[in-house]
Amino acid sequence: MTRPSAADGSGSGGPRDVLAGGPAPVRRPRNRTRVRGGAPLPLLVPALLGLAFLVLPLLALLLRAPWSSMPELLTSAEVWQALRLSLVCATAATALSLVIGVPLAWLLARVEFPGRGLVRALVTLPLVLPPVVGGVALLMALGRNGVVGRWLDDWFGVTLPFTTAGVVVAEAFVAMPFLVIAVEGTLRAADPRYEEAAATLGASRFTAFRRVTLPLVAPGIAAGAVLAWARALGEFGATITFAGNFPGRTQTMPLSVYLALQSDPEAAIALSLVLLAVSVAVLAGLRDRWMTSA
Amino acid sequence: MRGKDPVRGGDGLDARLVVERGAFRLDVALTARPGDVVALLGPNGAGKTTALRALAGLVPLTDGHLRLDAAELDRTPPEDRPVGVVFQDYLLFPHLSALDNVAFGPRCHGASKTEARAEAAGWLARMDLAEYAAAKPRRLSGGQAQRVALARALATRPRLLLLDEPLAALDARTRLDVRAQLRRHLADFEAVAVLVTHDPLDAMVLADRLVVIEDGRVVQEGVPTDIARHPRTDYIAHLVGLNLYRGRARGHTVDLDGGPAITTADDLTGPVFVAFPPSAVTLHRDRPTGSSARNLWRCAVAGLETHADRIRAELSGELPLAADLTTTSAAELDLHPGATVWAAVKATQTRAYPA
Repeated sequence: MTRPSAADGSGSGGPRDVLAGGPAPVRRPRNRTRVRGGAPLPLLVPALLGLAFLVLPLLALLLRAPWSSMPELLTSAEVWQALRLSLVCATAATALSLVIGVPLAWLLARVEFPGRGLVRALVTLPLVLPPVVGGVALLMALGRNGVVGRWLDDWFGVTLPFTTAGVVVAEAFVAMPFLVIAVEGTLRAADPRYEEAAATLGASRFTAFRRVTLPLVAPGIAAGAVLAWARALGEFGATITFAGNFPGRTQTMPLSVYLALQSDPEAAIALSLVLLAVSVAVLAGLRDRWMTSA
Repeated sequence: MRGKDPVRGGDGLDARLVVERGAFRLDVALTARPGDVVALLGPNGAGKTTALRALAGLVPLTDGHLRLDAAELDRTPPEDRPVGVVFQDYLLFPHLSALDNVAFGPRCHGASKTEARAEAAGWLARMDLAEYAAAKPRRLSGGQAQRVALARALATRPRLLLLDEPLAALDARTRLDVRAQLRRHLADFEAVAVLVTHDPLDAMVLADRLVVIEDGRVVQEGVPTDIARHPRTDYIAHLVGLNLYRGRARGHTVDLDGGPAITTADDLTGPVFVAFPPSAVTLHRDRPTGSSARNLWRCAVAGLETHADRIRAELSGELPLAADLTTTSAAELDLHPGATVWAAVKATQTRAYPA
């Protein structure tokens, strides 16, 4: 996944502007394995086809981009509204995922309890679940007549569906598993004996987690958070199902791209380019800052 | 034979540690008075580290008890035990400076950040590490990291200090220095210290009392000199460089189990150990005639090893034994693996003691 996007980013004009501020210093020389001696054709041909298959659509996006009208397209109020909403919701969803996802990852990595495998499977399920199904499921749970939503409405007057908060919930539902899986992996790789050392110094399990484990796995958490953020930013299915499509309230970038495609294809391309640029920036940041040290 | 007997129920450590893990069972009784330094010595896999972890509360006891200064600790979680641990690879927190590593314990015990740092600075100064206060662990040398780890463990003012192979991670040169320093710090420490090592020299230099563990059980304990003089297992005999045999004594003669008889200076009856150092063995190419040695065996050279200016010969035959000789005599005897020699030991150079 890294290759095509990165290659695309360095070969084009658009995303480079976004990247310009970003590229972090490379910590150690990258160790790219080169094909030794030459690859056999039956492997090389499909491999190149695969590469083209992934890169070509992105190239097409750049080739067809209405570069001349870009400035006005991207400065329109609707685009800014959608972009702002997308950034705010994705960030809020990531924050929510951090608050409840990191402890969940810790539980999965450090505490042995019956049914841990099942719990891990349940956590991973939203990764493979079609997002639309996730949206329907959220409606059943948190909708006005949902299993929990009914009480939220009756007791607190809180309604989630078709609100900005609903967008955050939908995005967090889809994105949190990315964070949990990434953080659990980092926690498993981290030496648990540091926690033991902290315990012998008088630290409770929570203090040991806060003052020792958390700083040690911070790079992993950051990588997981970026993955979750990128996933939340692109969320479409669950969002439109659970939160609807109200400009300014629940219409995020992916939703407005889809709508624009029907009325104003040029605007759709411009919006897509913005999302592509953000994705490339995320990947570049991830690879340079964390993937090498993880 | 035993060391000083601790006052039961009073100050110090009184423990019986039973830990079962699969087929392995650790069952070790340990007692010590404040100021004692006890070394758990044993081969790898004997259960030393498990015993240490059980004392720290990192491994639950299957059975037994653990009392420290008359307080029951068997069910106390590690963070509430007045126990400090120096781990084998130190486990200094890599994201904290040396100062903050040492301040970690006092902070957890309720000191303010300023108090904890002041206390930590005091400990670092005592370890001659004041100038490294701001250094991250990865910038410290092995010896420095070891002292930071010791300062960190001592900063919580533990009543029981545990050291897991405190010198194992160091190279031979630093080891000598650090061992001498550690000995001074342990001598100053007023509570009980228990250290785990597989190195008999570390154990003898650092500890007042040795507890030798094999296969999860105590096979011998006592002051280092006693153990060195009267080893009770092959492992210990090998450690202290003695030939050791079991047998049944009748007066000055001991019938060795499955071997020949040996004449000793000691007059004993019943099951005994017989020990003599490799340097007490003299080797001859031909059967010595005028020798006063009563103990004479025909052996084959199984192996030769150089130790400084001496050569140690491993001999097989009716009595397997190790013999030390100078390089000159080894050359004169034309020793080589497979050569046949006569080994003689004077009765006065053997020691027999009840098994």
